[in-house]
Amino acid sequence: MKRFSGFLLKEFLHIIRDTRTMLILFLIPIFQILIFGYVIKNEVKDAKIGIIDMSHDNVTEEITARLDAAVDFNVVREYRNYEEAESGFRANEIKAVVVFADNFANDLGKYRSADVQILLDASDPNLANLINSYISVILNKYSHEKIQTGTPALVSTEPRMWFNENLHSAYMFVPGTMALILMLITALMSSISIAREKENGTMEILLVSPLKPIQIILGKLTPYAVLSIVNVISILVIGNVVFGVPVNGSWVLLLLSSFLFILLALSLGLLVSTVVKTQQTAMFISILGLMLPTMLLSGFIFPIENMPVILQYLSYIVPAKYFLIIIKSIMLKGLGLDYIINEVLILISITVGLIALSVLKFKTRLE
Amino acid sequence: MAEIEINNLYKSYGDVKALDNVCLSVEKNGFCGLIGPDGAGKTTLMRVITSLLVPDSGEISIGGLDPIKEYKKLRLKLGYMPGKFSLYQDLSVEENLRFFAGVFGTSIKENYHLIKNIYSHIEPFKNRRAGKLSGGMKQKLALSCALIHKPEILILDEPTTGVDAVSRREFWEMLGEIRNYGITILVSTPYMEEAVLCDQVSLLFDGKVVESGTPKQIVERFSSTIFAVKTVNIPASLKVLRNMEDAKSVNSFGQNIHVVFNDGNHSVEQITNYLIKNNITDAKVSIINAGIEDCFIDYIIRQNKN
Amino acid sequence: MYRENIIEVENLVKKFGDFTANDNLCFEVKKSEIFGFLGANGAGKTTAIKILCGLLFPTSGKVMVAGYDVYKKRHEIRKNIGYMSQGFSLYEDLTVKENIEFYAGIYGLKRSEIKTRFEDLVQKLGIDELKNKFVRDLPLGWKQKIAFSVAIFHKPQIVFLDEPTSGVDPITRRQFWDLIYEAVESGITVFVTTHYLDEAEYCDRVCIMAEGRIDAIGTPDELKARFQSKNMDEVFVKIARGK
Repeated sequence: MKRFSGFLLKEFLHIIRDTRTMLILFLIPIFQILIFGYVIKNEVKDAKIGIIDMSHDNVTEEITARLDAAVDFNVVREYRNYEEAESGFRANEIKAVVVFADNFANDLGKYRSADVQILLDASDPNLANLINSYISVILNKYSHEKIQTGTPALVSTEPRMWFNENLHSAYMFVPGTMALILMLITALMSSISIAREKENGTMEILLVSPLKPIQIILGKLTPYAVLSIVNVISILVIGNVVFGVPVNGSWVLLLLSSFLFILLALSLGLLVSTVVKTQQTAMFISILGLMLPTMLLSGFIFPIENMPVILQYLSYIVPAKYFLIIIKSIMLKGLGLDYIINEVLILISITVGLIALSVLKFKTRLE
Repeated sequence: MAEIEINNLYKSYGDVKALDNVCLSVEKNGFCGLIGPDGAGKTTLMRVITSLLVPDSGEISIGGLDPIKEYKKLRLKLGYMPGKFSLYQDLSVEENLRFFAGVFGTSIKENYHLIKNIYSHIEPFKNRRAGKLSGGMKQKLALSCALIHKPEILILDEPTTGVDAVSRREFWEMLGEIRNYGITILVSTPYMEEAVLCDQVSLLFDGKVVESGTPKQIVERFSSTIFAVKTVNIPASLKVLRNMEDAKSVNSFGQNIHVVFNDGNHSVEQITNYLIKNNITDAKVSIINAGIEDCFIDYIIRQNKN
Repeated sequence: MYRENIIEVENLVKKFGDFTANDNLCFEVKKSEIFGFLGANGAGKTTAIKILCGLLFPTSGKVMVAGYDVYKKRHEIRKNIGYMSQGFSLYEDLTVKENIEFYAGIYGLKRSEIKTRFEDLVQKLGIDELKNKFVRDLPLGWKQKIAFSVAIFHKPQIVFLDEPTSGVDPITRRQFWDLIYEAVESGITVFVTTHYLDEAEYCDRVCIMAEGRIDAIGTPDELKARFQSKNMDEVFVKIARGK
């Protein structure tokens, strides 16, 4: 135990004394979340949308008024038919069109549902997806209110953003940023720090010492696990204070699942470090093999549904995808463990597999 | 059995034979030097001994243990200083030492007597970062770190490379002191002149042990006569002497030139006259005893001929 | 015999923050001499060489190399010097020929000139079989010899060699010095650092550095006489102990 605590002390000293490491650990997460927050927040603001209203009753008009009143939208025109709407798209007058079917209010009364169609300019799939979500939320919010007042509800086409009622985009990127930062700190930093020992030749001494491989591994990884937890908490606090992102579900569950993801990222970092000899290659592999998929294939920046099929399949092996589902469910929807049990189990099995693999690959010798 | 006992050891990296039928035997409390240029196989041999590499074939026993099967027990007995300086540059002198003591489950206090003579030189700077120490001080710290757990066998890979001549000399003096604690020492170096400071040496070249024995035995085995030519004009004399009939090797050694012939029919007078005939008039020729470097050069020349 | 100075250094100081790497250095190097720079790692040798090559500006002091001021004429200086660093300057993934052609091209040599000089070099070193091999496949000794040939391929006035022989076998080390002698014969001035004290004897003059300062400077014979020593090894020890 004394051996191990000495090792931990040394690791913390390395981290504290290296300004670059400290910057990556503490400033980058904060900057990243602030930058993503403000950039994405402005994206949908005042998006121009059009209306095709085949019913023109009090319900459709009320909804139209609400869309127009929302900060994110500006209802600029009403079109008579699809052809007119299409030319509107082509002229870049609008980003989306909301279509109300015939007899809208009647259907709603009779069948407790009515048809709304959302047409989107998908040349910018991200924006289209966001707009789609926001419109759906407004529609759903309207229907929720009607349920409370006893009037029948309506069903929207795409209720993806159901729980993001305030329409803040920060809600979407806080989980993504968290996944990215955890990957950055845990996998990248830990693999670099192990590679550094190899480069300096100190790994040779550690291997020749009575330290067990598992002690070396834990000694190298524990500091990064601790710091990652600190980062998770600071991201959640910044998300809450600056962007008003709530944690609707259980904090314990949220922290536990974050810790699960940290373990997974650490074992990835460990695996990387077992195959590389220099800090440079460690960085290269971590960024290319771990960070980029986390950013691009997890659904954080590009919606998975909009990807080519082959990338969609590829996204199944990106752990961040499951992590995003888990924390979105906990933070935004306030769901419990029973709703995310599949994703949690997937992450657990990946983690166990990776740890086993890297412990097997961690050499007690130099080759 | 000897403390380090190696027989017919082979180790290859692809086509390169890093160790080619290496035999080595060092008694308990022995002091053995591995001498050879870069790429001779010194580091590979040391890594096999420290259980960091597994040999392709051969017998090996270190401290009575098998480094392949019993590496965990063996590692407790070893003190190792790898070739690339293995200190944490961002930790202070004392933090480094404390860390390495801790790794072996001991403390600085417990074994301070072992390192006292070495560490006292750097103790005044104990709060300085290791990265800011001079080469000689770094080397002393690295040695202290390798000794702090009281190893039975100390393996030092080129501890004096890149260090100034004075620190090098001090370092060898310190190694002599360490022997008083009954520790077996194996040290490698590319500096031939350091060989005489060991009890026994093995000369390594291209993965093979070229010569081994006490320094005295090795130089005594050198059978040819060496003529030393002392002159101020070394480049010109080298050229002249190399043109001499029957010259086997003509090499500069500091202020002298060492000349070895293929047969024994040469004399000091003959060489002096030859040099004068070729306008080198200041040369003083004498017969000298071989040094380790002469033996090494002789081996390489024989190799190149074959 | 009077020889002109090719390097003149007066009161050279180089500081990195609080750290003084070169503390008031004064020396000159004469044309076509072998000037040895001795001292431990960290004594300030590499810093001084980098200043002389125009890679670093001095903090203060006067430094003239090949008749040019290092403050103003770095470009001219670089045309007139060759440099071989500790970490080799050859590209491992290029062949010997490609390396030489590349470096010769940098110095603006004409194609015909490169061709004839290259053929001479191949003959002189006997590297006909090696010339189309990748540098990474060559033994260390050859790499060093070829790196040196590259450094003087453009026939500079001065060549700087930073520990060119560390770690090579005794024969290669001497072959390397044969190359140095040849270069000097052709009029090149050689500025060399080394840890091998026997090599200090091969220099026309040596300069012994410690902690950024020059402790002693002179011909090997002068130094041996001054410190009443048999060889440079003893000179070194006496200087260190005398402090």
